[in-house]
Amino acid sequence: MTASRKNGAAGKRLMSGNEAIARGAYECGVRFGSGYPGTPSTEIMEEFARYEGVYAEWSPNEKVALEVGIGAALAGARALVTMKHVGVNVAADPLFTVSYTGTNGALVIVSADDPSLHSSQNEQDNRNYAKFAKIPMLEPADSEEARQFIKIAFEMSERFDTPVFLRSVTRLSHSKAVVTPEDPVPVEDRTAININAAKYVMVPFNARVRRVEVEKRMNALREFAETFPENRMEINDPEVGIITAGMCYHYAKAAFRDYSYLKLGMVYPLPVGMIREFARKVKKIYVLEEMDPFFEEQIKALGISVIGKEIFPYTGEFDPGIVQTAISGTKPESISCPVDIPPRPPNLCPGCPHRGLFHVLSRLKTFVTGDIGCYTLSFMKPLEGLHSCICMGASIGMAHGMSKALGEKGRGKIVGVIGDSTFLHSGITPLLNLAYNKGDAVIVICDNRTTAMTGMQEHPGTGYTLQGEKTKPVDLKALITALGIDSVRVVDPYDLKVTRAVLKEELDRPGPSVVISQRACVLFKREAKAARKPLRVNPDKCIGCRSCIGLGCPPIAWRNFSELPPEQVKKNAKKQDGMAVIDGTLCNGCTVCQQLCKVGAIVEED
Amino acid sequence: MKSEVKSILMAGVGGQGVLRASDILCQVMMDSGLDVKKSEVHGMAQRGGCVTSHVRYGQKVHSPLAKKGDVEILLAFEKLETLRYLDYLKPGGIVIINDEEMNPPSVNLGAAAYPETVVPIVRERFPSVIVVNAPELADRAGNRRAVNTVLLGVLSKYLKIEEQQWEKGIRDSFPPKTVDANIKAFHLGRGI
Repeated sequence: MTASRKNGAAGKRLMSGNEAIARGAYECGVRFGSGYPGTPSTEIMEEFARYEGVYAEWSPNEKVALEVGIGAALAGARALVTMKHVGVNVAADPLFTVSYTGTNGALVIVSADDPSLHSSQNEQDNRNYAKFAKIPMLEPADSEEARQFIKIAFEMSERFDTPVFLRSVTRLSHSKAVVTPEDPVPVEDRTAININAAKYVMVPFNARVRRVEVEKRMNALREFAETFPENRMEINDPEVGIITAGMCYHYAKAAFRDYSYLKLGMVYPLPVGMIREFARKVKKIYVLEEMDPFFEEQIKALGISVIGKEIFPYTGEFDPGIVQTAISGTKPESISCPVDIPPRPPNLCPGCPHRGLFHVLSRLKTFVTGDIGCYTLSFMKPLEGLHSCICMGASIGMAHGMSKALGEKGRGKIVGVIGDSTFLHSGITPLLNLAYNKGDAVIVICDNRTTAMTGMQEHPGTGYTLQGEKTKPVDLKALITALGIDSVRVVDPYDLKVTRAVLKEELDRPGPSVVISQRACVLFKREAKAARKPLRVNPDKCIGCRSCIGLGCPPIAWRNFSELPPEQVKKNAKKQDGMAVIDGTLCNGCTVCQQLCKVGAIVEED
Repeated sequence: MKSEVKSILMAGVGGQGVLRASDILCQVMMDSGLDVKKSEVHGMAQRGGCVTSHVRYGQKVHSPLAKKGDVEILLAFEKLETLRYLDYLKPGGIVIINDEEMNPPSVNLGAAAYPETVVPIVRERFPSVIVVNAPELADRAGNRRAVNTVLLGVLSKYLKIEEQQWEKGIRDSFPPKTVDANIKAFHLGRGI
């Protein structure tokens, strides 16, 4: 993490959209960044943190990250703040008011949206935030544009004294394309303490004045949009024109290279005059955009006739085939597979510490409110250990609400689960609420010592900063006690017996309690323990009870006797119709299945 | 003249090195003077789920995603995954299949069967099907994890790129102690 990135230009490179955003920010003199990890945004801040002379941090959540950025900009810095689309919801409170105060220095917020929900709980279109919060938004279409647009965003922020959004989508963030880096500009220190209460103290008296300034700024930005060179008209075939932005532009160009295009680099505010001019130059206009009819509604409101969501889907990510089919009505010729293909959903890893915990929870007949993290995957068969997932931090508030609504009926039956990073993100206040308002639920913190789902990012419990410095980790037990929870216990989820006993005791006890299920993520190298021997199934002992199969662990597979050669069939119980096998190349010997096996058939490999 | 953009689709399972392989392929193409874009999805997909990488190359590439029915070569790192992405192939496209089976969860649970006829199904529909036991060749090269470089070797037979470019791409992508095994794995794949 501390290794510095090549700082000079040095020719063409393949870069992801995320790498290119970080590169562009570095090139234009940005040296301050904050964010919270979230797919598909995570690599922007990780990359940015590697450049020389940069300060970059993972804040505990997106609201804090934005407030940190606002403060840095207020001090005169150029601040980059990154998050995924739903992170902007968390940061929405400061967002709407920093639009009033303006930024002093510069502030750019990157929102990485996730059409098709590749790794998210919803598919919201964050272009709406630009309109809602009256903040201009740029949207690059490839890595090279990402590198350039982030620079323009910072220039605009300074010029118009406004926060600026840069919108990415999964397909941009995680695509790689050829980028031509430039040398970074010399950095000048513009930071200073300047007091201007009328501009930065948003009490009604001041905010009413700033409210008017916001509208003036929007008018100036509308004018700017008309001549903004990245709002670009390509007049080819005058019969058909496509108004689009971002990745959709490339999907359309791949399918219809001869049509005319109005490619919008700035997705809010729109260049109304330019759109009218385009409408005069082409006969038939399509508005091509993933998710919401954001352009379409605004363009139709101008009285311009366009075709949009009548033919393009509202949901999901597009590709050249979808665009081609929608416009031409013809599907590309392709040969599909004639047989059913078993799905391959993501799964908890072999040896994942969550597996033992959720096996225990599913057998305790409780309702488990879930949260955002790898453990959310335990809702699937065969574990089925989790029963709700809304957003980060929701598990605790929901568990409290359920316990209050159910009263006696819910006693001893409500569990909320939340990861360590997620707890520190937005679980502290609901836990305080649970304690203070006398809820009755057991909260389990799945403490795997890292932010695992997004790829091992630091958080305030790990003891390291994003840039690899040691720092003081929060004392989870002390924090929880201070919030008013009297019973805080720590278990090792590899120890099924103790985990089950402790959870039962806490469910039986009236009032709120917290169980910290503590074991490092099995992929987390820094906390890796000595390798354990893989396990195998002894066919002379397996009675085919399927207990181990119920864990859904990738190395453990069921073999029907009917499919095995006769010499491999070993019946150890009357109605036995098959046996379990363990793939030793995948197993890492966590022993959870061994603890479940009543006949001692699971043993260490020789 | 309109320059043609071609597509390769790699498909496999999280942990098989699909993304590393497509990174190398793209680097090699860029170094050979082509425009190139690739696309993949991280995050959830890494937890044992399907991983795909679209690679598109030519004089000027727009979309990093291929459309269905438009892929020249499907490189399947896992046998079953061939079927899942078959509809991306052009009629007459080339299919390279790693002869390795990894059970999806429903197969492990005994709730579904692993299709036994993957290769015949593909052969019936496509004229050029290459089945390779990449784990065995990787073992022979001295590194069981070099399955992805074996498969790059097979793929390289169908692309007009200098051998030295490939070697450079592989050298630049692996830690020094595994470079030799990966170069060897590449050549074993290229030699079949």
